[in-house]
Amino acid sequence: MSQISNPESCIPVIVGAGPAGVRAAQTLVRHGLHPVVIDESAAWGGQIYRRQPKEFKRSAQQLYGFEAARAESIHQAMSEIQGQIDYRPDTLVWNAEDRQLDTLHAGVTSVTPYTHLIIATGATDLVLPFEGWTLPGVYSLGGAQVSLKFQACAIGQRVVFMGTGPLLYLVAYQYARAGAQVVAVLDTASLVDQITATPRLLNKPALFAKGVYYVAWLRTHGVPIYRSIQPIAARGEGRVTSVTWRDKQGEHTLDCDAIGFGYGLRSETQLADILGVKFQYDQAQRASIPIRDEAGRSSIAGVYLAGDGASIMGAEASELAGELAALTLLEDVDKQYLSPAAHQHLKSLKSRLAHISQFRSGLERAFPFPAHWAKQITNEVIICRCEQITAGEIRKAVTELNALDLNRVKALTRVGMGRCQARMCAAAAAEIVAACAGIQINSVSRLRGQAPIKPIPFIADAQVISSLKRGEQ
Amino acid sequence: MTPLLSTDVAIIGGGIVGASAALALRRMNIAVMVLERDVCGSHSSGVNYGGVRRQGRSISQLALSARAHEIWGRLESLIGISAEYLRSGHLKIARSEADMASLEAYREKTLEYGMNLQMLDGSYLRKHYPWLGERAVGGSLCPEDGHANPRLVSPAFAMAAKRAGADIREHCRVDSVNKDGDHFLLRTHSGLQIRSQFVLNCAGAWSGKIAAQFGEVVPMESIHPVMVVTEPLAPFMSLSLGVEGGGVYARQAPRGNCVIGGSRGFALDELRARPSRSAINLVLQQTVELLPGLRHAHIIRSWSGTEGSLPDRQPVIGFSKTTPGLVHGFGFSGAGFQIGPAVGEVLAELVRDGRSQTPLDAFAIDRYT
Repeated sequence: MSQISNPESCIPVIVGAGPAGVRAAQTLVRHGLHPVVIDESAAWGGQIYRRQPKEFKRSAQQLYGFEAARAESIHQAMSEIQGQIDYRPDTLVWNAEDRQLDTLHAGVTSVTPYTHLIIATGATDLVLPFEGWTLPGVYSLGGAQVSLKFQACAIGQRVVFMGTGPLLYLVAYQYARAGAQVVAVLDTASLVDQITATPRLLNKPALFAKGVYYVAWLRTHGVPIYRSIQPIAARGEGRVTSVTWRDKQGEHTLDCDAIGFGYGLRSETQLADILGVKFQYDQAQRASIPIRDEAGRSSIAGVYLAGDGASIMGAEASELAGELAALTLLEDVDKQYLSPAAHQHLKSLKSRLAHISQFRSGLERAFPFPAHWAKQITNEVIICRCEQITAGEIRKAVTELNALDLNRVKALTRVGMGRCQARMCAAAAAEIVAACAGIQINSVSRLRGQAPIKPIPFIADAQVISSLKRGEQ
Repeated sequence: MTPLLSTDVAIIGGGIVGASAALALRRMNIAVMVLERDVCGSHSSGVNYGGVRRQGRSISQLALSARAHEIWGRLESLIGISAEYLRSGHLKIARSEADMASLEAYREKTLEYGMNLQMLDGSYLRKHYPWLGERAVGGSLCPEDGHANPRLVSPAFAMAAKRAGADIREHCRVDSVNKDGDHFLLRTHSGLQIRSQFVLNCAGAWSGKIAAQFGEVVPMESIHPVMVVTEPLAPFMSLSLGVEGGGVYARQAPRGNCVIGGSRGFALDELRARPSRSAINLVLQQTVELLPGLRHAHIIRSWSGTEGSLPDRQPVIGFSKTTPGLVHGFGFSGAGFQIGPAVGEVLAELVRDGRSQTPLDAFAIDRYT
């Protein structure tokens, strides 16, 4: 992309090419800027609108259901601006320092400078372990969905979906539609939660209707839905063969060959953290998330936050937030950039986002965090699967070593020290520490971000590779 | 009303030096309070490389280091956990004949300290350590040196001191220290007032400020050594490795992760530091020269810390020259972990006896003031 030159030595970089990243890129291009877009995936679309491999021929309707039009719109928007952006797929941002991002692509690291940065890094599943969750055949809900969407593979033939959140019913529906037998949907939330949340959810009637539709569809197709459940265990020899849960009636067991489970999403905030963006605890998400103003500015000038990587708001809001962050960036570069109409649009984006935020608070109410999880989880259950650290070991660090800060618990137990760098276990570990110590979850503090964001190989350095090659000659 | 607490010895800083001094003082039945700004063993003492080595230290440190070696030998009975301490051997690698000559010269100068250094040639290295890179032409092995896990060792010293009756106060920043007649009066940010007969200045990189309050200004700077760690790998190396003349240093923890240190990071603020991009890249590059087998391994984390360093790379250990009752123990310049427990004992002896059986002349503060 040697043609690209931006005015006034402005180098905008967008990290992520999901709904937020794509809309941000499109907006910048529309206003004459040519951003670099760095994408960890092989093709744009993000997790939600992930595209299938080239050889696969399923229709958008088959892949994305109700979201087909949105998915196609995102894909098309990005197609149309190729040539005007510097798109870098299969590229991991693993560190940042001094207005430069360190990236890894095809085994080689390089440095990408920026003057303005939009972080649209998306989200992963919020995982709350239960006994047997590390057995083969047990997947996160997001993992189960990606397997189906990307590879057209089901995680099993007789699948149980467990946990809570809108994704629970959506993935169950997608699996049933794809021909898998959905043995049951086990929701830790109660029907009362879902009914009391209805007024807020009606803020977005179309989205609400979709949620109702999935539940109704599952019911009419004979999929049992159990609410107010507490997961007990996945059991099996070498692979999951049954799931056990508890409700008011007692303990129940169902045979299955796979389980998809999850409790909603958590923001991928490591890049923001390494950049030194300020965070604050968010009650609804029970997590520390980067602070941003209503226009998408972080606490660092020139760094903007959009999409689920900043706060879990869903795909529709992510598109708006991506566009908003881009317009804000343009306004910050030069007030002249935005026409009066664009200014008006910027304002309307803010109010639409506020509206969706109401709907989100309804979702938090409909699918509440299982408040008793940390008290109920037994000592033997592995919380950090990378390092095989159990709930009991975490509790011991709290009670015997007086560790009340998650970083301290990590230092003493190795929880979160493995390959995933606590992306999977930090939330659960924090809950256990807070419950065990009898303190608020927000006082447990969050794990400090450390480079690399994801593992990088030793010979990723171009200089190393060339010196090794010289050595071989 | 602000509570006024009394103790014999107030220790500022709950790192490995302060905590082991507290433990030693309690064993002498002397009342002690440790005032730790954050949590014990969470700065340099807890985030360093974890080398437990005598080899390579200056001659002036070897008596102290030998004393520490003896303490490490009974670590588990002292602090209650083994903390992954291994007497695996420390191999200092030579990359040239000149390096070999300087290692040999060091061996000859240090014979009386019982390190039992063994010079190994290139063919020995190829045979016994086939995973070493081509650039290693020989080395010097100290068989009883080794490594341990600092994030376990240092907090465990504080826990052991607490069990022995030390009053350990975490999240307790000392705002001021004043001499009040025969006693010191310390005020903490949390509102405590502490009266003590002695003050031990063991505040690591932040000790310089305390010394300066008593008219002892030392040219200390903060340094930020960089560490990276790999994913767990099949065990191949029990030795701790260093390189003559400087460069990276490496060990493999019992879990299988290789911990590799080298180069310097930068400060984020007074308390926090981070590895720099250039440091990470340099460590990666030098590591594959030292350990080519790691070329396809991944690093999963990097970190740095904040350590006080003095121009001659020697610590300050001993009595203040201006203020009776004030005892310093700081400025370890990136090499305090192994000697830390011995420094703790020495500081306790100074409090009890007014002198130590271990020679401390090289560490007097008045070499700078």
